[in-house]
Amino acid sequence: MSYFAKIFILLIAATIFPIMAMIVPLIIQPRQPNKEKNSQYECGVDTVGRNIIRYRISYFLYAIIFVVFDVETIFLFPWAVKFNDLGLFALVEMFIFAGILAIGLAYAWKKGALTWK
Amino acid sequence: MIKTETYQLSMGPVHPSTHGVLQVLLTLDGEKVIKAVPCMGYLHRGIEKLMEQRTYFQCLPYTDRLDYVSAMNNNFSYCHAVEKLAAIEVPEKAQYLRVIMAELNRIASHMIFIGSLAVDIGATTGMIYPFRDRERILDIFNELCGARMTYSYIRIGGVKNDLSAKIIDMINHFLSALPSMLDEYNDLLTGNEFFQHRLKGTSLLSAEQALHLGVTGPMLRASGVNYDLRKENTYSSYDDFDFSIPLGKTGDNLDRYIVRMQEITESAKIIRQALDGLPEGEFTAKVPRVLRPPKGEIYDTLEGPRGEVGYHIVSDGSAKPYRIHIRRPSFINLQALDTMCRGYLVGDVVVAMSTIDPILGEVDC
Amino acid sequence: MHTGLLASLAAFITGLIESLLGHGFAAQLIMVLLEIIAIFAVISLAVIIQVYMERRICGFIQDRLGPNRVGPFGLLQTVADMIKLMSKEDIVPEKANRLLWGMTPMLLFIPAALVYAVFPFDEGAIFADIGIGVFFVMAIMSQGVLMFLIGGYASEDKYSFMGAMRAVAQMLSSEIPIAFSILAVVMVTGSLRMSDIVSAQTNVWFVCVQPLAFIIFIIAMLMETNRTPFDLVEGEAEIIAGPFTEYSGMRWALFFLAEYANLLAAAILTVTLFLGGWQGPFLPGIIWFIIKVLIVIFIFMWIRWTFPRTRIDQMMALSWKVLLPLALFNIMATGIGIYIYKWIY
Repeated sequence: MSYFAKIFILLIAATIFPIMAMIVPLIIQPRQPNKEKNSQYECGVDTVGRNIIRYRISYFLYAIIFVVFDVETIFLFPWAVKFNDLGLFALVEMFIFAGILAIGLAYAWKKGALTWK
Repeated sequence: MIKTETYQLSMGPVHPSTHGVLQVLLTLDGEKVIKAVPCMGYLHRGIEKLMEQRTYFQCLPYTDRLDYVSAMNNNFSYCHAVEKLAAIEVPEKAQYLRVIMAELNRIASHMIFIGSLAVDIGATTGMIYPFRDRERILDIFNELCGARMTYSYIRIGGVKNDLSAKIIDMINHFLSALPSMLDEYNDLLTGNEFFQHRLKGTSLLSAEQALHLGVTGPMLRASGVNYDLRKENTYSSYDDFDFSIPLGKTGDNLDRYIVRMQEITESAKIIRQALDGLPEGEFTAKVPRVLRPPKGEIYDTLEGPRGEVGYHIVSDGSAKPYRIHIRRPSFINLQALDTMCRGYLVGDVVVAMSTIDPILGEVDC
Repeated sequence: MHTGLLASLAAFITGLIESLLGHGFAAQLIMVLLEIIAIFAVISLAVIIQVYMERRICGFIQDRLGPNRVGPFGLLQTVADMIKLMSKEDIVPEKANRLLWGMTPMLLFIPAALVYAVFPFDEGAIFADIGIGVFFVMAIMSQGVLMFLIGGYASEDKYSFMGAMRAVAQMLSSEIPIAFSILAVVMVTGSLRMSDIVSAQTNVWFVCVQPLAFIIFIIAMLMETNRTPFDLVEGEAEIIAGPFTEYSGMRWALFFLAEYANLLAAAILTVTLFLGGWQGPFLPGIIWFIIKVLIVIFIFMWIRWTFPRTRIDQMMALSWKVLLPLALFNIMATGIGIYIYKWIY
């Protein structure tokens, strides 16, 4: 059996395990719902306005830079694995690549993308 | 065009870090605070009204229940006002005892402040140590008057009883241990990089703003205004002691913390001097069994750990006060919350609330 | 062939099963299921031990005793808590999206359990020694944030919603430093396979070769596992409990389970990547492994009970303005270092 098949079985088992864990409480737990108990938590008072709103995520620009870096990580991993075999070429190439990353980061930093707005 | 929207979030009355049942209505834009409105009244007990139905002596226990972490200072302030109204001369020894207890209570109160600030910032361990050390002060009070929170020790005309040798011993032990306790807090909190970053430059309150809002106590002094009733309007026997008033520079959260930390040391200084120079004599004056102050009114303020504790008492010549109004420092300091929170993040609201150090029993009265 | 205790045990059980069922798919399947049960047992047991450890350590740091009433030394306290949580009412908030809301705690367990597939517990004791081990761990570990997001969103509650948004911010800060510090390790090893990384540390642990990467990794791991200097997602003084404000009883317990499973995974990953895995003199591999993991967990707990919480903008600034440039520098330095090393020898 291949390793990935084993992981797939683990995935299925990991899906079943929490469901099994929920069964016992389902049998023994008390059930006395009421309106106040089931209301949304907002420190004991009624909610004003909608709860899911168009939220201002102040880290929006971080998120965009994150995508760039995350994709670059994927490129860097194969390179890192083969780094020992590639020799001087890889070193120079790494400098160029990491240099581009660093310059990109510096640019974003200077442009104020790395601030909480 | 798609726009983000602001929303209203109710922080409290059932929230882990509002120091009681305070509701703060926050208007937020993402995490940024646009407006913060403290809504009070969840703990209102009508103490001012209740006092009107009691004699002057019976009013005293109610003052304990205002600011329950520094009850001594409330007792002190009330008694001082009544004594002024009824023209009762307090013996010097009683004055010294009052100063000792008020300052001890100030230390205890500031320790609560440190602990609650620490837990609001997330340093759970920072909470335990001040609370543990405060226990020693409570033990002293317990030995002194049998109560750990609501003392009623300072009475009209003097104090309840004299110091025993054991209590003096306990106070001396506490004072000698205090520097090492403060070192511990400094190691755990003051010197911590995260802690400083959280506090520095947040919730600025300039001297002008603070004065406009009527803020008093350590909060005002953290903004750089040198105003302390113990020096400005010397009462009791504070004239006899040599102590300094710690001042902040910018009025940010860190300053408010540092000022209180330094006040602990100053209070300890006062206590030590008072114990050394404790005069002989009576610990209470002769007070009539039924106190009927002359017709008139008086407003008298003292420096409590949170600011000016003021009592406005109107007497109609009977044994019961006609009207009592209490100037509660927490109540007035809490008005600064909006100014302190605007433009900062949700995490700063909690810290600002902590550095105001309100006691809700006092806010709602 | 020299193998560890666990591997010998596995070989013995395999032999037993094969003698009953013969070589074939059924025997393999039963073996896999047994291994999976072992993994779940490790997770469950580790959670119980960690909760007990955390409370006791917290107690001693805070000058008090911690739980000491239930069972000897309070050891059964966690079990008692588990029973209590099981018998609690399952409160479903009325406005919540019931399907998504109910699914979240169960889904959260999947990534928490799945990473254990590639951890080398002992010599030869890996559930699946896949060639992209480290990459797999990174990919799976970061899935947890999705569940926080779903849970916070489906709760229809402002505090949960804020917590969900913070969880995303946290992920944005932790992922890149973790990836880049692991990258440096991979450069030295030349392999993503977990067993290769461990065997590359036979002579010298990577914490000595890559001290900077180690520090960056530990800090970023604290962010990843939501522990105290960076526990913004559930910062109880600010946003009650973040995404799990609305959860109670067993559902909340599953969040708890996943949280501690993640903590253990973080400790195991630290040990595997930087502290030589199961390797050590005299004692069997598994013993060394447990000792090292417990020490790393202790350090995590020590940090938790000492430091205050950061603010969210400060955390992101720390990650992007300090950790990331340092990690980039570390990769370049590692590249040059490896080249010089090869040039000398």
